[in-house]
Amino acid sequence: MPKVTVDGQEIDVPDGATVLQACELAGKEIPRFCYHERLSIAGNCRMCLVEVKPGPPKPQASCALPATEGQEIRTDSQMVKTAREGVMEFLLINHPLDCPICDQGGECDLQDQSIAYGRGATRYEENKRAVTEKYMGPLIKTVMTRCIHCTRCVRFSEEIAGVDEIGAVGRGEDMQITTYLEQAAEHELSANVIDLCPVGALTSRPYAFEARPWELKKTLSIDVSDAVGANIRLDSRGREVMRALPRINDDVNEEWISDKARYQVDGLSKRRLDKVFMRKRGKLQPASWDEAFKAIAKAKPGKDIAAIAGDMVDCETMFAAKALLKACGSKLIEGRQTGMDYDVSNLAAVNFNSTFAGIEAADAILIVGSHIRWEAALVNVRIRKAVKRGAKVFVVGPYWDTTYPAEFLGEDLSVLGKLPKEVAEAFKGAERPAIIMGGAALARGALGAGLAFAEKFKLVRDGWKGFNVLHFSAARMGGLMLGFAQKGGMKDIVKAKPKVVVSLGADEMDFEPFADALKVYIGHHGDKGAHAADIVLPGASYAEKDGTYVNTEGRVQFAEKAVFAPGDAREDWTILRALADALGVNVGFDSFAQLQGAMIAEVPALGEEGLADYGAFPKADAKAKAEGTISAYPIRDFYLTNPIARASSVMQQCSSELLGGGELAEAAE
Amino acid sequence: MLADKDRIFTNLYGFQDWGLKAAQQRGDWDDTKALIARGHDNIIEEMKASGLRGRGGAGFPTGLKWSFMPKESKDGRPSFLVINADESEPGSCKDREIIRHDPHKLIEGALVAGYAMRARAAYIYIRGEYIREAETLQKAVDQAYDQGLIGRNACKSGYDFDVFVHRGAGAYICGEETAMIESLEGKKGQPRLKPPFPAGAGLYGCPTTVNNVESIAVVPTILRRGASWFASFGRENNKGTKLFQISGHVNKPCVVEEALSIPFSELIEKHCGGITGGKDNLLAVIPGGSSVPLVPAEQIWDAPMDFDGLKDLGSGLGTAGVIVMDKSTDIVRAISRISYFYKHESCGQCTPCREGTGWMWRMMERLRTGDAAIEEIDMLQQVTKQVEGHTICALGDAAAWPIQGLIRHFRPELERRIEEHNAKFAEAAE
Repeated sequence: MPKVTVDGQEIDVPDGATVLQACELAGKEIPRFCYHERLSIAGNCRMCLVEVKPGPPKPQASCALPATEGQEIRTDSQMVKTAREGVMEFLLINHPLDCPICDQGGECDLQDQSIAYGRGATRYEENKRAVTEKYMGPLIKTVMTRCIHCTRCVRFSEEIAGVDEIGAVGRGEDMQITTYLEQAAEHELSANVIDLCPVGALTSRPYAFEARPWELKKTLSIDVSDAVGANIRLDSRGREVMRALPRINDDVNEEWISDKARYQVDGLSKRRLDKVFMRKRGKLQPASWDEAFKAIAKAKPGKDIAAIAGDMVDCETMFAAKALLKACGSKLIEGRQTGMDYDVSNLAAVNFNSTFAGIEAADAILIVGSHIRWEAALVNVRIRKAVKRGAKVFVVGPYWDTTYPAEFLGEDLSVLGKLPKEVAEAFKGAERPAIIMGGAALARGALGAGLAFAEKFKLVRDGWKGFNVLHFSAARMGGLMLGFAQKGGMKDIVKAKPKVVVSLGADEMDFEPFADALKVYIGHHGDKGAHAADIVLPGASYAEKDGTYVNTEGRVQFAEKAVFAPGDAREDWTILRALADALGVNVGFDSFAQLQGAMIAEVPALGEEGLADYGAFPKADAKAKAEGTISAYPIRDFYLTNPIARASSVMQQCSSELLGGGELAEAAE
Repeated sequence: MLADKDRIFTNLYGFQDWGLKAAQQRGDWDDTKALIARGHDNIIEEMKASGLRGRGGAGFPTGLKWSFMPKESKDGRPSFLVINADESEPGSCKDREIIRHDPHKLIEGALVAGYAMRARAAYIYIRGEYIREAETLQKAVDQAYDQGLIGRNACKSGYDFDVFVHRGAGAYICGEETAMIESLEGKKGQPRLKPPFPAGAGLYGCPTTVNNVESIAVVPTILRRGASWFASFGRENNKGTKLFQISGHVNKPCVVEEALSIPFSELIEKHCGGITGGKDNLLAVIPGGSSVPLVPAEQIWDAPMDFDGLKDLGSGLGTAGVIVMDKSTDIVRAISRISYFYKHESCGQCTPCREGTGWMWRMMERLRTGDAAIEEIDMLQQVTKQVEGHTICALGDAAAWPIQGLIRHFRPELERRIEEHNAKFAEAAE
């Protein structure tokens, strides 16, 4: 622990800390543009200059200088002040100063720091530099004249995302940041460079000229576009969610979110169900709540009622449905809408046990049937970090473009039982081996074989839990904790021939087997579920209700309500509560607080934010074998996996432009 | 004047063949095995005793630099020697003469120096524009390989040593040692942050020393004739002989090997046939390549041409590329052209240099025509101070110094132009 002096204040700093970190520990603000905690150190903006003794008699870049014993650091001397003013002046001479028409205005590092550390007025009389516009795809809007060449975007693409998409060409004043031949940035995390850009060079294209940051209400929420549960902040104005931004949570999303999480929000105001609909003479017609409830009561379901939970519902909604069915005398609840029927008797066997942060420490990883880049882009970032530390990665399943070296072992699942020799040796020799089972593997019934693999190579050992299941539905783990699973999956529900089927935003399920039942859809978007339903009750999306979500590591997180649901739409639990009255049963709660209380009483883990404890890891069935091949992954199109994204014009554009649709359009011309 | 017997570069002018046979007749590759047999540390000690300071411009003691290299590899990483032949400094042209006329001096030096610092291989990074020179150098390397002088069991010494010639693509910044390493690795030539220094983590993350061509080429001769012989030339702390490259307004521009600390007047009168138009016609001299501040005639005439002597004049020896300017020179235009060079060659990585070099050049252009205000001279001085010492590498300093030198010595000239221009403007406005 070196001891350094910052502006006369003596402090101990951790080994390996930089002078900048030492200054921050001492409570000093150090202006910076290129330095970012999660990226490599570039040291090129020169804004963080401080005076350090002993050392050369000139200011030093504090971000790149290691703190060593006995250093005397000054952040308040005349030399430092002059240096900062000088660098700021240089940054500004070729910056257009078009703040009034710049979307970064109000949240711009350059703006803030020029006020705090800049000179009062300009001395530059020459012409300013102009830079030709660049195209970076449907999400990133560029005004490259504003670029200050901090290279954060370049470093993000190379280091975090693992794709060489953004780089610098030219030198000196003519250096320009661009994508190769102006191709669109294509990876799933591309829009994070917008947050990283300290100026208005890279801004959000869909959000261009929509709002100013000080007009927005900020609500803490959880992303539901996949099962990672990224922590987000929803910025809303009036009734509309304007944008979603990542919050910092080192355990979950660090400070990144996927492009889908960020840009599906425009779908929240499109294709919305804002009225009650009933099917009359084969067509869905607007109706009143009363009519709808009477129609459901008329079906007299008794205990022949089933509830299917969709991919994006919160735990409270699921619990309210469960309570309603229980009051009716039914246990027909299921959340795995596509028909999966893996064993859920022990939740530790279907959980991402090593945690996202933990998987970074793994040294051998077997991915079975998961296109991780699409199913959980942020987990892929973690695996990339593990590979950088020396982990070996093997994949069972069709090829996909990993952002790190990985060996594909073919599509045949039987390889789990008879690994090639060098793979088996890699796992035998590994200190922290891990397996990640994806949806495609679960659908093929490979969970048992995965558990057997875990036992064979001792994936679960002292201080290390290497058995992981990677879900991609935000509602999955919460649903399983609440018992939304039948032994035979959806088949059991079909077999029970329910009179009424309540779909809680379940759009991916097959409605065909329920042709004779009354199909009630409680959801927020006019998607497949609503089209198949007899009665549509408009509900609230994740932005429009408080709720509890559990991510695929079993992490319980709360989201808050950002805006009100449109039109007649109501929060889902109130619809279910009203339905209980219509059916003449008592669910035992009249308010959201009571509902939450009842839910927590039943599943205490849902009452506490953080990792749920699923108890001991189960013994594997030694005879379990996996057979068959994984011919495809469940997600066909990263940008269109849920009803909100399908309604979003931004996601549709991404899908067509970035996933090959563009070629078709071109060919058609 | 340096006696012919004391010259290291005996084929500097290419009067003889550059090939291996001719080089051996001149004494190169003469029992190199014995030189190597002296041992790593002995060679480094000998170099320290010779007082050789790096010939690339900064003048860092060469032996000391080598001693920073690790004595043994603890983690299996090899060490490398990188030889800087990216001679792009305006006014410098010595490495070119060495490479095209005496390449074997360099290759032998690479082996001996590489052995001394326990390097596995040497990379010679040659300027892209030196096409014929690179061809000659490559042929010389091939000759040396053919004769077993380098490669496996080099010179039968039992030491394995490879020499690779790598051609640059014409960027001045790749002459900066860490930018050169980046470029060798196939990346964009941009200087790295220091620390870590190359001796700790350089080329491919391995310990690396970067030396100038001249520094390496003189090594075998110093070892053969002894450190005391080399140290007998020049003043204390400025020992040895040096290639001076005199260009500009002299009667016979030339590259010549001379003892350090030779007075400027002697260098000009003896080797260059004097200043055009006589001594009184001298205006100013840039004594060490375009990066150093100019020195006006009256100060330079009797000054000793060495590191410390020129430092005392507020300038530097640099690469000893002496640019002589007589009174026919438009001095402001000359410096403005140098500013344009630095603006063009800035890599663009760090802010003060990227933005500052362009600003300085544009202001210099206005000062050239006088289209400015007197206060702007002070502002320009401040801007150069804002660049100097605030950048990752020394290019920022190199861009600032010529302008500072101009303002220091020729401020009246700048003011005269501004006044003249403004008077004309005022007349026209009436």
